[in-house]
Amino acid sequence: MVDREYGVVIIGGGPAGLAAGLYAARGRHRTVMLEKGVIGGQISLTEMVENYPGVPNVNGFDLAQTMQQQAESHGMETEYVDVTVIEKAGAKWRVLTGADDFTAKAVIITSGAEYDRLGVPGEERLTGKGVSYCATCDAAFFKEMEVAVVGGGDAAMDEGLFTTRYASKVHVIHRRDELRASRILQDRAFANPKMKFHWNTVVEEVLGDDHVTGVRLRDVVTGETSEMPLSAVFVFIGQHPNTGFLEGLVEMDAGKHVLVDDWMRTSAAGVFAAGDVRQNSARQVASSVGDGVTAAIAADHYISAAFPD
Amino acid sequence: MRRNVTEENMAKPVEVSDSDWDLQVLQSDVPVLVDFWAPWCGPCRMVAPLVEELATEYEGKARFFKLNTDDNIRTATRYGIRSIPTLIVFKGGELVDQVIGFRPKSDLKRSLDKAF
Repeated sequence: MVDREYGVVIIGGGPAGLAAGLYAARGRHRTVMLEKGVIGGQISLTEMVENYPGVPNVNGFDLAQTMQQQAESHGMETEYVDVTVIEKAGAKWRVLTGADDFTAKAVIITSGAEYDRLGVPGEERLTGKGVSYCATCDAAFFKEMEVAVVGGGDAAMDEGLFTTRYASKVHVIHRRDELRASRILQDRAFANPKMKFHWNTVVEEVLGDDHVTGVRLRDVVTGETSEMPLSAVFVFIGQHPNTGFLEGLVEMDAGKHVLVDDWMRTSAAGVFAAGDVRQNSARQVASSVGDGVTAAIAADHYISAAFPD
Repeated sequence: MRRNVTEENMAKPVEVSDSDWDLQVLQSDVPVLVDFWAPWCGPCRMVAPLVEELATEYEGKARFFKLNTDDNIRTATRYGIRSIPTLIVFKGGELVDQVIGFRPKSDLKRSLDKAF
């Protein structure tokens, strides 16, 4: 194991982490961004981002790659590793991974959030076999077939609308009697003749042997159950922060979001958190970028004060 | 532009299609890893460089192919592909293991090593 010395270590390569990386690197701190999966995080699974100011529309993965190249051109390094623990190392922090360890004067946590599962029988067994959490990845495999989208938020409507390009019909299954998606997406969804809405309805089981053949539904008002034949189930019911590796390090709320102040400072000096991982995030690319920039500037101030050379 | 398999790019993953699938993949005398992908799939673009690295590391021991699922629906359907990226390892024409979704390189290696 090599111990590598950095000014700033950033954990997570979504918009918050990439923005923090750009600013930290431009602040002349030796900066590394650690990513365990795909650059861009959740936006890499987004076909089209059209609400990032200054960029009318762009593919999510392309936007993430551009952000990464921009940060790297200013000196940010990227490592594909999974962080296991962050521990105190004198006045600094040591970030442990399955491979090298990284020592940092300041750590910026931008580990984001991951989609929630339904938690019903059949879901895990049939993931990749008709159960999907990424319509932009998988919708094309269901040409002229009937599929379901579970959820009523922006992601559910966005991905549901994308899915109508391929599927013959998209059943929106939502546990409430109204959507919480933004008005513009609601208007588009209601206007789309392929989208059919099933209110006050939850999925009780995903059916099928080696691929999805349908779902068992329950009406939460009447309690009535029914089966619906389907070829795919796309799940967009929310998300939870990736904070398992932060237990005991920083203060979190009941939902395991990291508590921060206006400067993205956590309860641990020299540790900052930005983007979806923090409490009360607006969960937008633009707000995460803003968070990341704030955290990097705060980290710069912290390093100047705590490590006067 | 179609590239021919030359000495120079021997270690790079090669495009395979419905028409040469049996010959290239199933009748290969060494283990084969196939990357099922499509141009519109973000995570597929992250997997591609990992597969390229593996192709270099396993040069001479295994062969590496990419199958575009948009252009080769027959083969994608034959293997029940409903999510990409999907990587499938074959040995002697038989499916040995498959990996669905983006995974770290160590996972891909573990999967491929099941063919040895």
